[in-house]
Amino acid sequence: MPIRTLTILLLLAGTSAAPLAADARSDAKKQVQFGIAVAQRGLWREAIYRWERAVQIDPKYAEALNDLAIAYEHEGDLEKARVAYEKALELEPNNTLIKQNYELFKEINDRTTRKDSQDNQNP
Amino acid sequence: MTGRLARIARTTRILSSVAAILLIAGCTNYYEIPIETPIKPKLDVSAFQRVLVAGFIAGGTDDVDGNLETTRLLRSQLRTKSDLRVIDSDVLPLMEVANEDKGAPLEARADSPKADGKTDAGSEGKEGKSESKESKAEARGEGPQPSSPDKAPVIKDAKDLEPFEHVFADVEYWKKIGEEYQSPLIVTGTVMFTPHQRSGIVQREEEVYDSFGRRRVVPVRTYMERKGYILQPKFIFIDGRTGTVMHSENFREEVLYNANQSTPALSSYFELMDRLIPSFLSTLSSQKIKGTRVLLE
Repeated sequence: MPIRTLTILLLLAGTSAAPLAADARSDAKKQVQFGIAVAQRGLWREAIYRWERAVQIDPKYAEALNDLAIAYEHEGDLEKARVAYEKALELEPNNTLIKQNYELFKEINDRTTRKDSQDNQNP
Repeated sequence: MTGRLARIARTTRILSSVAAILLIAGCTNYYEIPIETPIKPKLDVSAFQRVLVAGFIAGGTDDVDGNLETTRLLRSQLRTKSDLRVIDSDVLPLMEVANEDKGAPLEARADSPKADGKTDAGSEGKEGKSESKESKAEARGEGPQPSSPDKAPVIKDAKDLEPFEHVFADVEYWKKIGEEYQSPLIVTGTVMFTPHQRSGIVQREEEVYDSFGRRRVVPVRTYMERKGYILQPKFIFIDGRTGTVMHSENFREEVLYNANQSTPALSSYFELMDRLIPSFLSTLSSQKIKGTRVLLE
């Protein structure tokens, strides 16, 4: 009897958690879509706000992290961009579009890092 | 049997990667968007309103006056591509200063750039103005003549530069120069522009026509003698208020041409400087790198 109850409880928990996750993704997706719309109009600050919200709602949303990384890159915040890209790739290592964005970002980031290390060598 | 299995495995791998790409592209809405990544300047020059490109210790070939040409080029670039006001003045004869440096009193050293006795620290006129001043000073034989035609250049390679480099660490000298020009950011350094030749296997593209008359471009590897130039500038940024070195940067660029091609040294010099000017400017002013990224839903 207790085993049956436990099974029922587990099933109930499973069935209620799935819609919750789906709801979170759906809410986050709305933020992402809005962010894309405003970014396309050049309103990058607003886009950052939306994508940060999306990541808060659904921290496993790799696409939102990718978009956030792009926005940070556009704002010149290369460190934050790197962290966001790497998180996105951690979640979706086979996503070729995120990989492509990251490779392009790395080219710029490596150049500035190289500059910094060169500066340190030349006091 | 093993070969067949390997073939099947390879086909499966290819198909699965194609499927993965199609899946990502098919399931995800994506939007290409242009972005401009701002790169912060390496040096904080917010404390300066003015910049003095003081001059360079130059060597290598005597076909190009590295001191005058580099000074002119940097001044004109800074005038159009930075927020700093460029000071027009005579180019400092740094080699002479470095030679005098060993014994002469500070006053005498710091006075040496004032070819006509009154350096116009305040004038930010057109470049032509500074050029005319430079040429006047040169006509009087008072201006910078590190590589004047009658004198063979003392500096042939990077090693020859070493005895002169102590001048950049002469805090008192640069402080005095800074005081004269109302504490600007001072840009100085060394410029080596040396002829260079190299021979070896080179890959080049060649046009070929097949039996049907169709044109194709194929890579061909041939042995070639080539000659050109190496440009090695070192830019030193000095705080005109304190006379201390804030930052320095080394660059190296080279160009090679076919041995039978005759390219004037000055044109090679500008070709090589063109390549490193963006890096030089990014030290003082922020740059934007344009690109495109893909936003995902």
